[in-house]
Amino acid sequence: MQYQFQFNSVLAESGFIMQGILLTIYLSIGSIILGSIIAILFSALRANGPRWVGGLVDVYVELLRNTPFLVQLFIIFFGLPSIGIRLTADQAALLAMTLNLAAYSTEIIRAGVDSIHRSQIEAGLSLAMTKRQIFQHVIIVPAIAKVWPALSSQFVLMLLASSICSFISVQELSGVTAIIEQRTFRSFESYIVATLLYLVLALTLKVGLLGLGRLIFPRVSGLSRVQVKGEAA
Amino acid sequence: MIESFGWPEFMFLVRATGWTLVLTVVAFLFGSIVGGAFAIMRLAQSRILRNVASVYILVIQSVPVLMVLFLSYYGLSLAGFDIPPLIAASLSLGIYVSAYLAEIWRGSIEAVPFQQWEASSSLAMTRGQQYRYVILPQALRISVPPTVGFLVQLVKNTSIVSVVGFVDLARAGQLINNATFQPFQVFGSVAVIYFLICFPLSRLSKHLEKVLHVGRTH
Repeated sequence: MQYQFQFNSVLAESGFIMQGILLTIYLSIGSIILGSIIAILFSALRANGPRWVGGLVDVYVELLRNTPFLVQLFIIFFGLPSIGIRLTADQAALLAMTLNLAAYSTEIIRAGVDSIHRSQIEAGLSLAMTKRQIFQHVIIVPAIAKVWPALSSQFVLMLLASSICSFISVQELSGVTAIIEQRTFRSFESYIVATLLYLVLALTLKVGLLGLGRLIFPRVSGLSRVQVKGEAA
Repeated sequence: MIESFGWPEFMFLVRATGWTLVLTVVAFLFGSIVGGAFAIMRLAQSRILRNVASVYILVIQSVPVLMVLFLSYYGLSLAGFDIPPLIAASLSLGIYVSAYLAEIWRGSIEAVPFQQWEASSSLAMTRGQQYRYVILPQALRISVPPTVGFLVQLVKNTSIVSVVGFVDLARAGQLINNATFQPFQVFGSVAVIYFLICFPLSRLSKHLEKVLHVGRTH
């Protein structure tokens, strides 16, 4: 039997799909901003804090990088209420994505920090820069500039991983797709539409981050980058 | 009566871990066959083959694994195949694996110095012979650490296969949590089991990187 594709019933839900897209964008951008802030703080702690604090950061990074995002999401969404912290599904999703991305970004930025040559820091010291100034101007900004491509692909992977939040009933793009599928019984068509939309979102974010990198780090574009691979959550 | 999280529940998790591992292995085998083909295509002399492979890799890497899973699952059933969850899950994950392995292995093949190609072609080797006797043995060594590193990603990504009806470790945790309402104990144990699988693999990958001197320029 020849299957008849029918996209009409799926496309009739375009308003609902749009809501899902907006939530996906909100979760992704939110976790990218918050996760990056935490990652920079963690990098500062690793570089300047006492050794045991750096050790704790390493433990955090390894714990989150070696367990599935889905399980982290479950612990936050189902576990936290049992100790009295109630979160909506959306808040749990944003928190899980932020914590997850923070771990991966810390690891990527670490590679950049490690690549800063000791003589750079000594040069900073000889200019009587404070510890904070050295970290800000000599270490972290050049480090992030060097690993920007890896960081960008990690951000894109986080956008893709946001689809997993549909497991806890978050109505982002894949969440609304599941609902539309149940309403219309057009499973294949629903997911084709969602997949194409994810493709557009991911490629847009990729290009956007490339442009953003050129904007923030104009001088580094010609310099050698540190090669680090992004990893799926 | 509500059950509590005890020995039988834990053993259920352990059995489900077995299925997670089986799924990982089958998806990896399937993905490496397809991925290997795409890696070679990506480096083929024909521009059409190269473009087809590039687009395939770009598209699969730019959509969520979850979508790959749904599309191949529903796609297979539309095509009239009635397949058991294990096969459905490993085929779909295999597609995801293939795109990433293709890219990793392409990089490994390209990392073999270009002179190796020239030297072997000056010996009148065919392209097949060049791959078989000169390039692939060297590329293999370069590819081992990132491939092991990718295995960690695969193990973690198997956690979403419950959507095609497969009971893996993450799904088993959900089932037990539904019966016991002890989310910290249940998902904590699940996380520990995943960690015990993934952390040694991550370490192994880093160790191999050092041992095999990868990244050192010739």
